[in-house]
Amino acid sequence: MKYLGLVWRNAWRKKARTSLTMLSVMVAFLLFALLNAIAFAFRSGQDVADAERLVVIHKISLINPLPISYEARIAATPGVAEVTHASWFGGYYQEPRNQFAQFPVDARAYFEMYPELDIEPGQLESWADNRIGAVVGPEQFGWTIGDRIPILSTIWPQTDGERTWEFELAGIFSTSDQRGSTAYMLFNYDYFEEARAFGKGTVGWYILRVAPGANPVEVAQAIDEQFANSPNETETSTEAAFAASFAKQFGNIALIVQLILGAVFFTLLLVAGNTMSQSVRERIPELAVLKTVGFSDGSVLGIVLSESILIIALGGLLGLGLGWLAVQGAASSMGAMLPGIYLSGPAILTAIAIIIGAGILAGIFPALKAMRLSIVDALARG
Amino acid sequence: MKVINQIAAVTALNVRNLPQRLGGSLVAIVGVAAVVLVFAAVLSMAAGFERTMVSAGSEDTAIVMRAGATAELNSGLGNDDVQIVRNAPGVLRDGDEPVVSPELYVVVDIVKKSTGDDANVPLRGVGSGAFDVRSGVEIVAGRMFEEGRNELIVGRAAQQEFAGLDVGGEIRFGQTTWNVVGVFAANGSVSESELWTDVRVLQTMYRRGNSVQSVRVRLESPGALETLGTALAEDPRIEVDVRSERDYYASQAAPLSQFIRIVGYPLTVLMAIGAVFGALNSMYASVSVRGKEIATLRALGFGPLPVLVSTIVESTLLALVGGLAGGALAYVAFNGFRVSTLNGASFSQVVFDFAVTPELLSQGLVAALIIGLVGGFFPALRAARLPVAQALREL
Repeated sequence: MKYLGLVWRNAWRKKARTSLTMLSVMVAFLLFALLNAIAFAFRSGQDVADAERLVVIHKISLINPLPISYEARIAATPGVAEVTHASWFGGYYQEPRNQFAQFPVDARAYFEMYPELDIEPGQLESWADNRIGAVVGPEQFGWTIGDRIPILSTIWPQTDGERTWEFELAGIFSTSDQRGSTAYMLFNYDYFEEARAFGKGTVGWYILRVAPGANPVEVAQAIDEQFANSPNETETSTEAAFAASFAKQFGNIALIVQLILGAVFFTLLLVAGNTMSQSVRERIPELAVLKTVGFSDGSVLGIVLSESILIIALGGLLGLGLGWLAVQGAASSMGAMLPGIYLSGPAILTAIAIIIGAGILAGIFPALKAMRLSIVDALARG
Repeated sequence: MKVINQIAAVTALNVRNLPQRLGGSLVAIVGVAAVVLVFAAVLSMAAGFERTMVSAGSEDTAIVMRAGATAELNSGLGNDDVQIVRNAPGVLRDGDEPVVSPELYVVVDIVKKSTGDDANVPLRGVGSGAFDVRSGVEIVAGRMFEEGRNELIVGRAAQQEFAGLDVGGEIRFGQTTWNVVGVFAANGSVSESELWTDVRVLQTMYRRGNSVQSVRVRLESPGALETLGTALAEDPRIEVDVRSERDYYASQAAPLSQFIRIVGYPLTVLMAIGAVFGALNSMYASVSVRGKEIATLRALGFGPLPVLVSTIVESTLLALVGGLAGGALAYVAFNGFRVSTLNGASFSQVVFDFAVTPELLSQGLVAALIIGLVGGFFPALRAARLPVAQALREL
């Protein structure tokens, strides 16, 4: 630390070169932040999944509905604390490009199942009591409470053939978990069930909470066995496994991101390593002088290595900061298009590890060269 | 003329002694190669996906779905609707029989070989006209399914990508066991990601009665789309949307390919900016190494312009080498690479090959040239303005 001043002055010896190197490092870490945030969105909420919650879907596919009569039978299964359901509405607001998720649910039971969702109790009650009431996450199309919202369903016509369903915004919910998405709308299942032209008596899927002390794996098995050999066999999995199975269907987004970042960081190492070796080459006489006045080999090694880490850390932190700002901006402006975009803690820790690792890798060979300098040779060359 | 000769001479000199500065130059080359590699690889996903989707659609086939349905999965048509479509004007007739295929589209979970996890695979019930409303679909192994039996034919891509679809094998969805009897090819289009069976069998399995989700219609000519559309729009008994199959598949492809582009182009721009910094660094280093050489040339009477041009040529050349290397690497590593992904628009898997197209490669090379020009320009200015006397003194 006592050499920080020296390291700092050395780093800025050639301002243009150091700035350019820092800027390329900054770009690399900006990309790291953005790509990680996008990859996080594709994890479909695996990180916010609750281990005590199970999801029951039709065994053939999620698109096959399950009878509403299953609700009571699931609730009666030993180890099940509570159960509720949701369905896919597949609607859009005004234009097809304004597609977002809507789920008909049982208002009170749904919010009990998802304690991480926050809503004012008054709003929850007024929603539950309003047949056409609906609640949305914040900032959805700028709606305010009391607005009449027409949503056109691409799947469900009403009994009179009308495909536009009217809702009244009764509340706005948020999530206490910053990583979770709130880019969807919830409305009353009773309204949906009464008005839809077909599919009556079914729901899309069930969500249940395992009772304290019960084994989620055994509960899942008990439910699936109960409906085995019926026309509607079920597949029960933990919320995390359900989310993961969804995420995996997109293909290996994480691998693609890693490959891109691999190319980016490989280039970055070359740029930074080249800068450091140029810088050491120019400074050979100076380093020899340092050694002459009594700096140990170790100190010289440390000074060069610190310089490399310093340049990468400055650029890297700048890039991460910019990336964080960009992700915050994207989350509020493009939340509907890509819900769940988020720069996670582990990603930031990884970035910091990469900063240190890349700093050492880029600087180690020039630093070793500096350490092994023989004073006589080096001064002679000067 | 003299200036041109000078430019040629200095540039040739510069290019010939490039190998002596290879260390620093390599950094610039690799930087540019990485940009072009990532650009071509990412955008080749969009290109390949679009090619697979769009090649499925034909101009003289129409797809009729319930009004407002954005995809087959969301649509629903009754038997009455199917009859009205069959007898509508504009539909091609083979003798008296209209060339149409009423189809039911559902999704089944099958294990994806590459991940070992369930994936949404489209299972399509087709009418007897299925092969006539589509061009280029043919059985390449086994045989056609027999009507009324639990038999499947599977798309070539689906067979490669998903487990348990070998000809002669059995696969179980829910309580029903199906026999895989054949494999079909469809010019590498999205149809190859699907499993096909007799629509009536599928209706029974899924308890859909007589209902279907879409009717594909062979048109008398591409122009007959309007005839059919107008006739059905004016028919009070029916509420449907009529689109050409090409138009339908293009709209199905749009969200995913647009998403890849929305991510891919800014990604490339950012990486290119990073590569410009790298190139600037290398070129400044190159100019400072050549300081004495440049000063000597200037003292001999060479003007600043040849020095400027030679430096820009050097950096452009390096960028071009990097761009070619990156593009070649992208082509070798990714062109034809087969993956499948969940297409949100149809909620089912589409198997497609990455397509590193000539268009992408040329866009990548243009990006490389721009990086080279920008990365060379400022160092070139410095080289041209080098104070001769001072540089020579440093000898």
